[in-house]
Amino acid sequence: MNAILSTLQTGFTRQFLRYEDQRASSSTANTTGGLVRLRGFTRRFGDNAIIEGLDLDIAPGEFVSLLGRSGSGKTTLLRTLAGLDSAEGQDVTIPQTRAVVFQDARLLPWKRVWRNVALGLRGSDVRQRAEAALREVGLDHRLDAWPLTLSGGESQRVALARALVREPQLLLMDEPFAALDALTRFRVHELVLRLWSVHRPSVMLVTHDVDEAIKLSDRVLVLDKGRIVAEERITAPRGEREILTVELREALLSKLGTGRIEDDADIAAVFDDKPNIPF
Amino acid sequence: MTQPNLILNYLSKARWLSPVALLLLWEAGSRSGLIPERTLAAPSAVLSTLVDMVLSGELPSNLVVSGGRILIGLAIGVSLGIILGLVSGLSKQGEVAVDPLMQIKRTIPALALTPLFIVWFGIGETPKVALIAFATVFPVYLNLYSGIRGVDVRLVDAARSFGLSRAEQIWHVILPGALPSLLVGLRFSLSISILVLVVAEQINASAGLGYLINNARDFMRTDIIVVCLMVYAVLGLLADAFVRFLEAGALAWRPSLVG
Repeated sequence: MNAILSTLQTGFTRQFLRYEDQRASSSTANTTGGLVRLRGFTRRFGDNAIIEGLDLDIAPGEFVSLLGRSGSGKTTLLRTLAGLDSAEGQDVTIPQTRAVVFQDARLLPWKRVWRNVALGLRGSDVRQRAEAALREVGLDHRLDAWPLTLSGGESQRVALARALVREPQLLLMDEPFAALDALTRFRVHELVLRLWSVHRPSVMLVTHDVDEAIKLSDRVLVLDKGRIVAEERITAPRGEREILTVELREALLSKLGTGRIEDDADIAAVFDDKPNIPF
Repeated sequence: MTQPNLILNYLSKARWLSPVALLLLWEAGSRSGLIPERTLAAPSAVLSTLVDMVLSGELPSNLVVSGGRILIGLAIGVSLGIILGLVSGLSKQGEVAVDPLMQIKRTIPALALTPLFIVWFGIGETPKVALIAFATVFPVYLNLYSGIRGVDVRLVDAARSFGLSRAEQIWHVILPGALPSLLVGLRFSLSISILVLVVAEQINASAGLGYLINNARDFMRTDIIVVCLMVYAVLGLLADAFVRFLEAGALAWRPSLVG
């Protein structure tokens, strides 16, 4: 399967389209050394190993997607990269400046939109910087709105502005589009790509949507039971990936599991003693 | 619909009707001698007494004394409640040190301490203020404490991911998140303070609403007693309006209050 994929990928002449043209060449970026570097990373809760012996590198400016089912350790890995969980005594390098966009936007409801964006910023031009960031996500007309009056898509854009206003070296996104409707999700995809091409942070996108991962990223990782079980680099320009999608999708989905009950021991156990339930 | 039907329909929905009817019955009972004045003064008599007491300055001056007791007592009680709530809510050690004491305190009805406070503080202003302060600590403490502990951990995580220091997390996330609970506690404390005031002012007071009532009792002036009861009720309403005013300002972000 991988052989077929790689011939497919090399079959594409590298064209600088839309987002590619604003990028520094990703191949040079990849050789400048890892911004994120994990070696043999392990996290346990009691006897339960969530992540075991995981190696991960992310280059500056690289867009990486992390696929995985619920319970695969995605969120645990993201929390470590965000510095929310201490990784003391482990071989873990993360950059100084990081920002997270969560699935639920997690705006502080008691602060107006621009103050949410400006949260924790220092200096005299905080308001201007927040305004500029909100302008970038097309929300400069909602500066003084209360977060609870925003739609889901607007909230996520504010969360995006709040992350980007810090000019992070590493932008972490935890299923940020999962709660959005299809059309809004599509628009926010475009917005994320444009902002990424302008600001050039390294991005780690946690998602369970294979198509989304293929559409957006330079590299797709599949995490299962705390280990990386598949890794695919996508060199085809964004916007020309529809053909790829079918094949790559199959490959990645097979790594994620078939979606059959037998794949999940816990759920399968529920059905053990009643094998013939007609659906 | 005919005219009389319309009126009947309106009256059947008028919530003011039954209180007014009761007042009229009361007035009629007093005028006919059914209710003796030493049992209960007529509404009209109460009203004219109220006007007299306001004009003579008797009511305002005593109200100022009572108001002062409430304000000082509340200021002490609420401040203590906030400080203890913060200590207990924001740190594990603080909780271990403070919470057991507060739970013990909770089991002692504040008014039961009256005799002890008289022994300690005499019969001046101090025991009255101390009783109000003692009684109003707990609602503020408990609500602030549980408000802090109830703040959404995910919001704190988000603030942490943006590099906010512990102090900044407390200021921007935890305290605003606990504010609605604190205001609930404040509302409880305000109504309790009025309740305690009523009892505390029965302790050999020489001024204040309780003094007026005690005096009126000795002279069987039911009209003055009713006037004072009305003032207590108004104080309660004002206290509630005050907290609602605070909430409208401080909690403007809440959807129910967003216009």
